[in-house]
Amino acid sequence: MSRLVFERKPVVTVIERRLFLRQTLSLGALTLLTGCDISDNDSVQNVLKAMSWWNDRAQAFLFGHQTPVPTYAENDVVKDFRYNAFFPAADAPKLSAADYRLELSGLIANKRPWTVDQIYALPQESQITRHVCVEGWSMIGKWSGPRLSDFLQRVGADLSAKYVGFQCADGYYGSIDMPSALHPQTIMAVKFADEILPAKYGYPFKVRIPTKLGFKNPKWVTAIFVTNRYPGGFWEDRGYNWFSGS
Amino acid sequence: MTVPAQVQTTAPARSVQLHPLSRRIMHWINALAMFVMIGSGWRIYNFYPALPIHFGFPDYLTLGGDFTVTEAVSNEDGLANALLWHFAAMWVLVLNFLAYVIVGFVSGHFRRDFLPVSVGAFLRDFLDALRGRLDHRLGEYNAVQRVFYWGVLAAILVTILSGLSIWKPVQLQWLTALFGGYEFARVVHFFGMAAIVGFLVVHLALTALVPKTLVAMVVGRASETPHPRNGGQR
Repeated sequence: MSRLVFERKPVVTVIERRLFLRQTLSLGALTLLTGCDISDNDSVQNVLKAMSWWNDRAQAFLFGHQTPVPTYAENDVVKDFRYNAFFPAADAPKLSAADYRLELSGLIANKRPWTVDQIYALPQESQITRHVCVEGWSMIGKWSGPRLSDFLQRVGADLSAKYVGFQCADGYYGSIDMPSALHPQTIMAVKFADEILPAKYGYPFKVRIPTKLGFKNPKWVTAIFVTNRYPGGFWEDRGYNWFSGS
Repeated sequence: MTVPAQVQTTAPARSVQLHPLSRRIMHWINALAMFVMIGSGWRIYNFYPALPIHFGFPDYLTLGGDFTVTEAVSNEDGLANALLWHFAAMWVLVLNFLAYVIVGFVSGHFRRDFLPVSVGAFLRDFLDALRGRLDHRLGEYNAVQRVFYWGVLAAILVTILSGLSIWKPVQLQWLTALFGGYEFARVVHFFGMAAIVGFLVVHLALTALVPKTLVAMVVGRASETPHPRNGGQR
């Protein structure tokens, strides 16, 4: 989201701004009704939201639980992979293995927090897949790490629940459908291009979901939860389609 | 789409039935869906252009909400809105297109009005058109028009399929591979759009030259001396 990256402000100030702007919205809406732009009109927005909900259903229907994601050769891997977040790389969270704990909550039997070493100790998979951004750019990368499905089984997650949610050290949050979480190529990527995942790519791990658009792949994950209540997501709450499968 | 016989035989004002109601409805649904798809598609393109050259669409020509208002309301800079429009209107466009193509073949509209086409006829009519000697006969398509209509139908089909392939490069990976992979499929999608827009420019220019055709696409009929060759028989 290149245009977003450098213009984003920290979440807290953004929320304050939203509350302030809600009061000035009616003025904005008035000027729009007189103009030619119907996009921001409330009833139009409701129709668009309903269609987005319909598209979630359509994509879940299209989703193949075992459909393998196309993979590429080692020399297709982009070494200088694009840094992408709503803040500059210098502000990326720098988590230390000593302090880090992955918190678990919701419909999970064993909520004991996980250390980085415990995550590293799980059997790992490698994949060379295409990361597709909602903006349209794409890049081929190599990620390695334990399967999310293995992890969820190990901690006794309710695999019949609807959603798996994530919280991140940078304030980002997101959620995916259970079938996508259980896809064999959905991994907790602890490595990029065979190196320990650097801070700018999401240390200690990024959930790599090659069946979804880039923004559905959270970095710097600090908490995983399983739930039947729709948890939303950072960009989804800003109007992006929730399922965003590819 | 045959017209009741009495319309032709008893119409002293020489009112010609040109477009049945179903075709007119589908035409205007398509027009609306195209407007939304192209406008929102241009904005989506602008966020990360598929072409390797420096080219973007002016923001005021794109669809997806006023940037400052969208930023204020949803804290988002206008891409999400354009995507919502694009993926809402695609259902309308695709279902309407399918209906139009099925009706076109089944009713005989394509066979009667868009066939036959031949290279010779196309060249003859094309040269006549360039010399300004090609009359527009309401209710009859010359060879250039026929070729254009087949062309735009093909362009819409390619744009739909390449669009699906970039929407679902994993689930529809066979289709993405058919278009030369994800990155190239975006370029195909762009040129499919460009072909449709090219058609639209000519289509609208000709409609402006012969406004009766616009009337016909609204009310279904137009009064004009029917071309002697078919005597108004459609």
